Amino acid sequence: MILEVNDVSKVYKSVNRSLTVLDEVNFVVEKGETVAIVGASGSGKTTLLGLCAGLDVSSFGNINLAGHNLNNKTENEKASIRNKHIGFIFQNFQLLPTLTALENVMLPLELQDRAKEAGPKAKELLERVGLGDRMDHYPNQLSGGEQQRVSLARAFSNTPEILFADEPTGNLDDETSVVVEKLLFDLNKEHNTTLVIVTHDMELAQKTSRIIRLKGGKIISDEKVNA
Amino acid sequence: MKLGLLLKNAFRDSRRDRSKLVLFMSSIVLGVAALVAINSFNYNLVNDIDNQAKSLLGADLVFESNKPFQEDWIKVMDSIPAEKASEVALLSMAYLPQQSQSQFVRIKALGGGFPFYGKLLTEPENVDFQKEKTALVDDGMMLQYSAEIGDSIKLGQETFVIGGRLKNAFGSVDLGSGFAPTVYIGRESLAATELIQPGSLVDYSIFLKTADDFNPDEWRDSKRDDFRDNGMRIQTVEGQKENLQQAFSSLNNFLNLIALVSLLLACIGVASSVLIYVKNKVKSIAIFRCLGMNGNEAFLIYFIQIFVLSLVSVLIGAAIGSGIQMLLPIVFDSFLPYEVDMNMSWRAIGEGILVGSVITLLFALVPLIRIRNISPLRTLRSSYEEEQGKFDRLEWGIYALIILSIFGFLWSLTGNIKDAGMFTGGLLVAFGILFGVAKLITFIVRKFFPRNWNFIFRQGLSNLYRPNNQTRTLIVSIGLGTAILTTLFIIQGLILGNVGAMGAGNQANTILFGIETKQKDELAEITRNYDMPLMQETPIITMDLYGWKGKTKQEWLADTTRTARRWAINREARVSYADSISKNDKIIAGEYTSRVEPGDSVFVSLGESWARSLDVDLGDEIVWNVQGALIKTYVGSLREINFRSMDTRFFILFPLGVLEEAPQFHVLVTKTPDAETTAAYRNEVVQKFPNVSIIDLGSILVTLNDILSKLSYAIQFMAGFSILIGLIVLISSLFLSKYQRINESVLMRTLGAVKKQILRINMVEYGLLGALSSLTGIFIALLSSFLLVKFVFELEFAISWLPILVIFILVTLITILIGLANSREVVNKPPLEILRNNG
Repeated sequence: MILEVNDVSKVYKSVNRSLTVLDEVNFVVEKGETVAIVGASGSGKTTLLGLCAGLDVSSFGNINLAGHNLNNKTENEKASIRNKHIGFIFQNFQLLPTLTALENVMLPLELQDRAKEAGPKAKELLERVGLGDRMDHYPNQLSGGEQQRVSLARAFSNTPEILFADEPTGNLDDETSVVVEKLLFDLNKEHNTTLVIVTHDMELAQKTSRIIRLKGGKIISDEKVNA
Repeated sequence: MKLGLLLKNAFRDSRRDRSKLVLFMSSIVLGVAALVAINSFNYNLVNDIDNQAKSLLGADLVFESNKPFQEDWIKVMDSIPAEKASEVALLSMAYLPQQSQSQFVRIKALGGGFPFYGKLLTEPENVDFQKEKTALVDDGMMLQYSAEIGDSIKLGQETFVIGGRLKNAFGSVDLGSGFAPTVYIGRESLAATELIQPGSLVDYSIFLKTADDFNPDEWRDSKRDDFRDNGMRIQTVEGQKENLQQAFSSLNNFLNLIALVSLLLACIGVASSVLIYVKNKVKSIAIFRCLGMNGNEAFLIYFIQIFVLSLVSVLIGAAIGSGIQMLLPIVFDSFLPYEVDMNMSWRAIGEGILVGSVITLLFALVPLIRIRNISPLRTLRSSYEEEQGKFDRLEWGIYALIILSIFGFLWSLTGNIKDAGMFTGGLLVAFGILFGVAKLITFIVRKFFPRNWNFIFRQGLSNLYRPNNQTRTLIVSIGLGTAILTTLFIIQGLILGNVGAMGAGNQANTILFGIETKQKDELAEITRNYDMPLMQETPIITMDLYGWKGKTKQEWLADTTRTARRWAINREARVSYADSISKNDKIIAGEYTSRVEPGDSVFVSLGESWARSLDVDLGDEIVWNVQGALIKTYVGSLREINFRSMDTRFFILFPLGVLEEAPQFHVLVTKTPDAETTAAYRNEVVQKFPNVSIIDLGSILVTLNDILSKLSYAIQFMAGFSILIGLIVLISSLFLSKYQRINESVLMRTLGAVKKQILRINMVEYGLLGALSSLTGIFIALLSSFLLVKFVFELEFAISWLPILVIFILVTLITILIGLANSREVVNKPPLEILRNNG
């Protein structure tokens, strides 16, 4: 088991009222599993992803990630967990605009003080995603598909145990989406990484081994996908 | 994370955005430059005072008194093995017969080889003015009246030949030389002038050049109190150094204050630039955090960037400051008694770098430490905002450190904890007002938003409160700059205005003094012949304090528990008598006695401040020594004296019936209608009564204007730094705000807004910001100058609104112009190009 979500709720409180975005969510993700969390806009998917990855704090319940209870960790401890165990892919790519493609990919390893191996590993990954000739380009010199491929390379650079992807093809055209999806699943397989994808794209979801459906902050179904 | 990696990331992160911080750097550069320039100048000045003090004093020991030295004391001085010289100085009228002109002068009658160190600069060189009937006349005065060497000058009853021009006013910081130029004559020739009479204002000096093995300071320390108790002063080279350093430290403190305010203004720019820089970096910071960097590491990446840029800016500032100090002697030329050699002052540079770095970094830290709290969640939700208003102990700690460091700097500058506290408090109040106004404006505009107004105006107005608005930053930076400038203008105008008002209306403008009793009536007749009023005819009797409250002066001086101030005890009293007090004075305690009969107790009226200094109150006994005769009096009333009138005023006023027979001289106060009448009247009086001196307000005003204009030139030079920094802060704030607004402006253009519309929206926004900031700044200036004028300068507060209106319009216009200049990029380039460049 790599991820365990126990009775997790997220409530936003304002002066007059409180809004429950997630309501007593429970599930477990095993090592090597690929999971899609699907649902309509506002169903709580992204909030759930933020909580699982330790980017946010739940109002109630516990989250266990790679053997760490996120609830009793400080912000700095959670940062360290993210750096060692987690990889991210975002809908908006989220590359650092002031870093070249190569530097963006090197960054997670550098943060682990593994600067020496960062360069070769980043180059290898960029070659793998087909950007061997664009390493010194800045994000704004790359197309959307290329940026997301850099993002994929970065996500795998620290050999994470679990990868969280938030609508990874949401900003891409169909043709590019196909390339990125293929790279995502191939790399995942090669690195034997657990994959949690948040998406409303059912076609993408069907490519995972399990689909969790959210509606109004609750899990309405949790099914295995037949390959 | 290792330091190397932090440095690498700091370098990488900054490389595409460094140009955005160039303006931020330039404001630090100027602030530090001002500080270093002023401090270098000061240290060079102090250094030169050290080197030149001996030639400024001209002797090793100088004795000064306003009475002739008595034999006993001369014996004490003669016991010192030394070469000796003496001088008698007095104010009097001089008459130039060839030019038919008269002038109020300071006569210095010199005997002996003074100065022993340094020399009088004369033309021709080494004029022997001590030989019979020769005078050395101030060069400025000779130029003014077109007098030549060989012409005559009449002083009192004696006529002298002008033997040379005096090129420098020796040994003093002589701002008043235009008002009373110096004329040197020989000591032996003074008697023939017959100018020294009872009541004349005379200064006596004896100069000694001591042997090398004699220590003047030790000798002074052992004798100083004895001499002081008898109304004499002893000056040594060391003492002269201290006096000069003190005189210049006031000027330097003032200039340093302006430099500090400039630096603070620059720091506002720093804080706002860094704030916007950080805002632009939020996305990157969230990614760093998401990839596992903790808050402190993210903070350090940006801290390193700002630290390096600050250090570079501070160093450039220090280098420029060292260059500017070379200009300062030119600016302050008219104040300096000697030429200042300018050398590199490492101490000033070190201090400038230290103060500049500390203050800059503290101000930059305020926005920087907020980085620690930027959530990685922003990678998922761009609209995510951190909890606002959360109490951050560290942030408040930094605010406290900023206040403490400003206070500490001011304390070290002024050496006075109270002044430092008051100035720091004043700054806090100014900041408070500006922040308050900014908050109030955003609240009011939001609350009472005019929804029916046209689009352009609504859009410009709503920019004042929308996210990423510049209202607070701009109101504080523009407001503070305006406040400093306006305060300088108001104070300068008020001082000149108050002095000018002394001669206005029916106020007196001419005083004649040193009139002997026998000359009184004829002089009154001459005055009436010119159709001029006799506004006051006052007798003056000089006397010494013999004792008070049952003890003699000597007993009091020996009493260690005495509370009376030494200046009040030793002062030679100039006393008058009258049946009523002056219309300008006010009785604040007791009653004024108009006349006493022989045998009655004598009740005198004292100026309140003098009574306080002597620590006497109503009913206390005071005994006077009136040229040998003792007169016992009692304090009958206390008066508040108005020092702003041109009339004569006296700390001590006797009733009629006591002093009428005592040796006395008279003062006549009148009003001349114009400069021509003044000149004619003055010439007639000087020719008939050479011993009578005339002071006219016109010449005082000319001198005062001259001094003030020199001062204001110096102040404006320094204020120039503030203005320049203010402008740079303004430009950098607006320049950086461009990046905040660019997306919405581009979107508006995409949706079809034309160039004119976008420019108009910006014009409304920046016009409002400029107007509101300058108005708030002007309000603060009015408040601070009112307090300064009332409690420091003690003048009447009256405002000339025209310069203020000009400042208001100028500041508003500059803000609009810079705002519009910034919008040019948005309106002149295709939207897509801008979006790509800022993507």
